[in-house]
Amino acid sequence: MATLKETTVGSTVKVRKINGEGALKRHIMDMGITKGVEVYVRKVAPLGDPIEVTVRGYELSLRKEYAEMIEVE
Amino acid sequence: MSFTIALAGNPNCGKTTLFNALTGSSQRVGNWPGVTIDKKVGRIKGTDSELVDLPGIYSLSPYSPEEVVSRNFIIQDKPDAIINIVDATNLERNMFLTLQLIDMGVPMVVALNMMDEVKKNGDKIDVDCLSSSLGVPIVPISAKSRDNVDALVEQIEAAARDGKVPRVMTYDQSIEDAEKAAEEALRGKVPDNSIRFYAFKLLEDDTLLEEMAPGARESISSEIDALEKEYDDSADSIIADSRYSKITECVTGSYTKAPRDERGTLSDRIDKIVTHRILGLPIFACIIAFVYFIAMYDGDWGTSPGAWATGWLNDYIGDVIIPGVADWCAENGVNEVLTGLLCDGILTGVGAVIGFLPQMIILFTCLVILEEIGYMARVAFIMDRIFRHFNLSGKSFIPLLVGTGCGVPGVMACRTIESEADRRITAMTVTFMPCGAKLPVIAAITAALAGAWWVGVFAYFGGIVLVIISGIILKKFKHLAGKPAPFIMELPPYHAPGLWTCLKSIFDRSWAFVKKAGTIILLTAVLIWLLSHFTWSGQFIDPESDMGESILAWIGGGLAYIFAPLGWGLGPDAWKLSSATLTGLIAKEDLIGTLAIVLLGDPDMAEDEVGAALASILTQSGILSFFTFNMFCAPCFAAIGAIHRELGSWKHTGIAVLYQCILAYFVAMIVYVIYGAAIGDPLDWSSYFLCMVFVIILVYLLIAKDPFRQLGKNGEVAE
Repeated sequence: MATLKETTVGSTVKVRKINGEGALKRHIMDMGITKGVEVYVRKVAPLGDPIEVTVRGYELSLRKEYAEMIEVE
Repeated sequence: MSFTIALAGNPNCGKTTLFNALTGSSQRVGNWPGVTIDKKVGRIKGTDSELVDLPGIYSLSPYSPEEVVSRNFIIQDKPDAIINIVDATNLERNMFLTLQLIDMGVPMVVALNMMDEVKKNGDKIDVDCLSSSLGVPIVPISAKSRDNVDALVEQIEAAARDGKVPRVMTYDQSIEDAEKAAEEALRGKVPDNSIRFYAFKLLEDDTLLEEMAPGARESISSEIDALEKEYDDSADSIIADSRYSKITECVTGSYTKAPRDERGTLSDRIDKIVTHRILGLPIFACIIAFVYFIAMYDGDWGTSPGAWATGWLNDYIGDVIIPGVADWCAENGVNEVLTGLLCDGILTGVGAVIGFLPQMIILFTCLVILEEIGYMARVAFIMDRIFRHFNLSGKSFIPLLVGTGCGVPGVMACRTIESEADRRITAMTVTFMPCGAKLPVIAAITAALAGAWWVGVFAYFGGIVLVIISGIILKKFKHLAGKPAPFIMELPPYHAPGLWTCLKSIFDRSWAFVKKAGTIILLTAVLIWLLSHFTWSGQFIDPESDMGESILAWIGGGLAYIFAPLGWGLGPDAWKLSSATLTGLIAKEDLIGTLAIVLLGDPDMAEDEVGAALASILTQSGILSFFTFNMFCAPCFAAIGAIHRELGSWKHTGIAVLYQCILAYFVAMIVYVIYGAAIGDPLDWSSYFLCMVFVIILVYLLIAKDPFRQLGKNGEVAE
């Protein structure tokens, strides 16, 4: 299953599902990462983590451990 | 009529700017009950209405203290209306909060901010269309240039007067059915006007509802199961998805986007360089070095403006104000004791902290500009990888750096850290860094250890190590550290800082710093002065000759038993070291002043002479242990006051200070034994024993499993 973590920088993917539960999942959805939304992986931080994505027209950064919870296609 | 209006919106949407524009100078800053989040209240200009600034939030979930505070205010304090400020350049995510606010059933007006940016981009928003599809009045504004703010005031007053609540957004039929069932289960248990909000929260399995309406979710489990089966997803996902789908519908119908420059916006282009894979870190280092060199540096390459201004003010206070006051007192026949208390106690004590003010203003200016531009968020982005290992935020770097100048603004700088746990842990550890007032101590100890070059390095390196150790240890005590928040952070677009917002922010922080010095330091300076100038029998003494008779010496003599195992001795000189340590609570540099008095009988002796005198009563390893304890134990009272402000309770502040003292004691003991053994100083067997015990305790605390680790990862509340 492809997740946002493995998505290469510079590509756009569509969110399929968000795994996990509770506050973390809720927070990811609150920030606009929901089923069907397009996410553009913009860059990786100088030290390799976190990543920066564009979603719903704004910039969001999240750690790879959370990106792993987001299934994409 | 006078109304209570709440101002709600996402972080980075110009909320503070709008609040300042609406209320002007009538602001009061307080605290939200139970949390250390600023609560700002002000009167809206030209009306009798009061505006309450809610914390910046993305949603009304129950997971962050900001969200809980906001929703409690709306539900319990029942504002007459809500202004929901929305960033027009980032409509979709901002409106997610709007849809939840609508369900609260409170009259509302949406302030569509940053319209100037929208125009600049060539985009168009059909405000009427958006307003009718959303069911809420919308006023397009620009808070920065104060465009149309008057119209907003008119609209919100009208909304509060009429009491007309927004039309609710309707979702798919199956969702509405489940919502109706949830409403029935909740009726009577939650406020009627906000029942739709609660119904959705019940479907989302909101943790706070378990307390308010126990068993309600179980009673509608069949409806929830049916809904989840139909959509093949969990209820909270279904609701978030449908909210965002509605938003997309509304926005698509009313937002016309102009074609963008292929190279991206200016902000994109700046960001490409500033957070570049390879250039990112060097640029960060340059910016930090720049801040350091204009605010704090004082050395071989010259003196920074900050250090110069602070040196000047210190000299002015010491050479002009204090002698001036002393002369005036002498001329007017003021009692000698009173003169001493005023000049040597109060003015010297408060002056030592106020002297830092010019440096602080320059430092705050740099930090506020970096924040306003949007660079601070990138600092967290760049540094997160390093700091997360110590359970700190990437943003913790800034307070720690500021702490090398002065601990008070260092602790204050923690406010910008979003995660509560990171903020609290950083606030508790900033003062391990050697601040400006510790530099004279470093100089004296260097002299006492025969010019050992490594004393300064030891202080800085040791400070960093203790911050790291503490990050790992304190995280395991949740009631002290608070809730960890996951690192999922908006990186707001870069923009030019607004002059007034910056000035106000710089002024507020500087004023908080002055207040700290003017209150806490004043009290402690008076207390320590009294203790050192009076005997138990109430006789006034001159400490330069008879300090040994003072109450302070008596207390010091008692404390000497605690410090004896650290190699500070138990002889006739023992009280001098512990009393000096006590005076360090006013300002760490007072340590040297006190030692100069008690060891040499002259407060104005140079640091190297104090160091030499210290070497005459202590072994080399004893000197290092004395130094270690004083570097890392409780900071000065001003810094303790700042820590209290961040932790929010005296109990937690007390625990934090106790933790610092115990850790300093442990480390001083370990350093004492290792250094003593290395250079062949005579050591007592009990020192070896205690050292072993302390090492074992520290190692245990470091490797013990974090009982909340799993919960921490999910960001759940854990008590």
